[in-house]
Amino acid sequence: MISRATIWADVRRNPALTALWALAAALVAYVFVTGGYLIAVLHFAAIYVVFVTGLNIFMGYAGQVSFGHNAFAAISGYTSAVLTATYGWEPLAAAAVGLCGALACALIVGYPTLRLRGHYLAMATLAIGLIVYEIAVQWQSMTQGYMGISGIPPLGIGRFTVTSDRALLVWLIGFAALSLLAAAGIRRSRLGRAFVAIAGSEDAARALGIDVARYKLVAFLISAFYAALAGSLFVHAVGFVSPEVYGLHMVVLAFTMLYVGGIGTIGGAALGALVVALLPETMRRFSEYQDLAYGAVLILILIYAPGGLAALSRLRPASRRKESA
Amino acid sequence: MSDAAPEGRVLEVEALSARYGHVEALRPVDLFVRDGELVAVLGPNGAGKSTLMRALMGLVATQGIVRFRGSAVPRRNPVGAAAMGLVLVPEGRGIFGPMTVAENLELGAYLLKRDKTEFARRHERVLSLFPRLKERLGQVAGSLSGGEQQMLAVGRALMSEPKLLLLDEPSLGLAPRVVEEILEKLGMLNREGLPIILVEQKAPLALKLARRAYVMSVGRIAAEIDPRTITSHDDLARYYLG
Repeated sequence: MISRATIWADVRRNPALTALWALAAALVAYVFVTGGYLIAVLHFAAIYVVFVTGLNIFMGYAGQVSFGHNAFAAISGYTSAVLTATYGWEPLAAAAVGLCGALACALIVGYPTLRLRGHYLAMATLAIGLIVYEIAVQWQSMTQGYMGISGIPPLGIGRFTVTSDRALLVWLIGFAALSLLAAAGIRRSRLGRAFVAIAGSEDAARALGIDVARYKLVAFLISAFYAALAGSLFVHAVGFVSPEVYGLHMVVLAFTMLYVGGIGTIGGAALGALVVALLPETMRRFSEYQDLAYGAVLILILIYAPGGLAALSRLRPASRRKESA
Repeated sequence: MSDAAPEGRVLEVEALSARYGHVEALRPVDLFVRDGELVAVLGPNGAGKSTLMRALMGLVATQGIVRFRGSAVPRRNPVGAAAMGLVLVPEGRGIFGPMTVAENLELGAYLLKRDKTEFARRHERVLSLFPRLKERLGQVAGSLSGGEQQMLAVGRALMSEPKLLLLDEPSLGLAPRVVEEILEKLGMLNREGLPIILVEQKAPLALKLARRAYVMSVGRIAAEIDPRTITSHDDLARYYLG
């Protein structure tokens, strides 16, 4: 159980990380109060927290590689969009169908591909992402191709709909927080320990009786569920979907968030999503050099915090170990 | 199906072979381990000792028969082998670096599931055997010294209450004092009745503990020796050189 004393001990032990979390919370509070365009950026960041948290379970905990989780976001997102905008379904029911569809696809795809390792697995998942993207483009009668689908209703259940930007932000932060809590629970469970064991050494894990193939598939399905949830949230938050939303750009962005935040850490997804989403906004003053400045800051973060921002706390024990050696 | 094992043999291996692609890493090997016996497997680098350990656990594709206490050990199914009580401490220790010592030990008892009383008993036993781990329970395993990591690897294996312990080069990269400490504990476990197969390049260390030893060379067993007959390095060299 986390007591006030242990929280305070953590704060004293990791001042840099605590300051970072405090800054993130203050920023969110500031944007919430002042409103404006930055609220939309935070919507985007909160959805990506869900997506990246799932990817972290598969890549950070279980040590696998996937370039194709955008496919599951696309399947669920498009299902939500089509069923609500075209057929008038309730968002919740449409999302449930989307999630089931994405999970079924993940099961069919994951079973054979997870026998592959390293680069081969990465390439196979990349292909899945590209195939789903191509389907979204070509299946015009259903997806409207590049034109996309608009008029998607906002989040809601029955008569209750989330209409204001602030309310949407609260809901999306709620989803992001639940995702992080669930990921923390998974990491601390027997399941999570098995994932981390597989990442450490598949043979050593097998020798302890851990069914590696089964757990890899479970990690893949859990992370696909997160991706699908993020995909559905996105279409209801924005009200529009097109193939570009779930293109390769989504994968690149999620990887950046994962590594900047701290792969394998629990809170890294939140920090990474927030920093990567907000950073371009703070770089606008550099006008045409904006992308250059953005890239430079990301490189600096990865040089000075190679384990990601959420792993800043590891610096201190390492230095203490050196002292005690 | 269970057959009566001759002379109290717990492990019987017949014509076990393994390949990595086109390379025959393990030529048909026959060996056995008696109940409560510590058997050393010696040999130079590349002799096939580690492959033999991996083949026994089913971590590599093999041909041949492995029987443990009269029952066939499933091939290419390490989970099944672990469930039968075969536990491997792999070369390089195979500890899970990002996890704490406590989590590593918990994973050792992975097949135990939710029996908290039994878990506590095993945990207590491991910590009494390696008190240094008790002081490091909350520490990340990757930050332990080499000797402590080896203790953790053995401790984690003991958490699964092995019926046959397979140890692959436990002395690798460790200071002599630490090696002695670990081997002393292994000797203690063996005297309590745990059968052990100990793979070692440092033959004199292994021969001090072993009741019997196999010498491996280029993927096959070149000789079976009685450690009491080895009185000098020359005796040993004779077996190594054939």
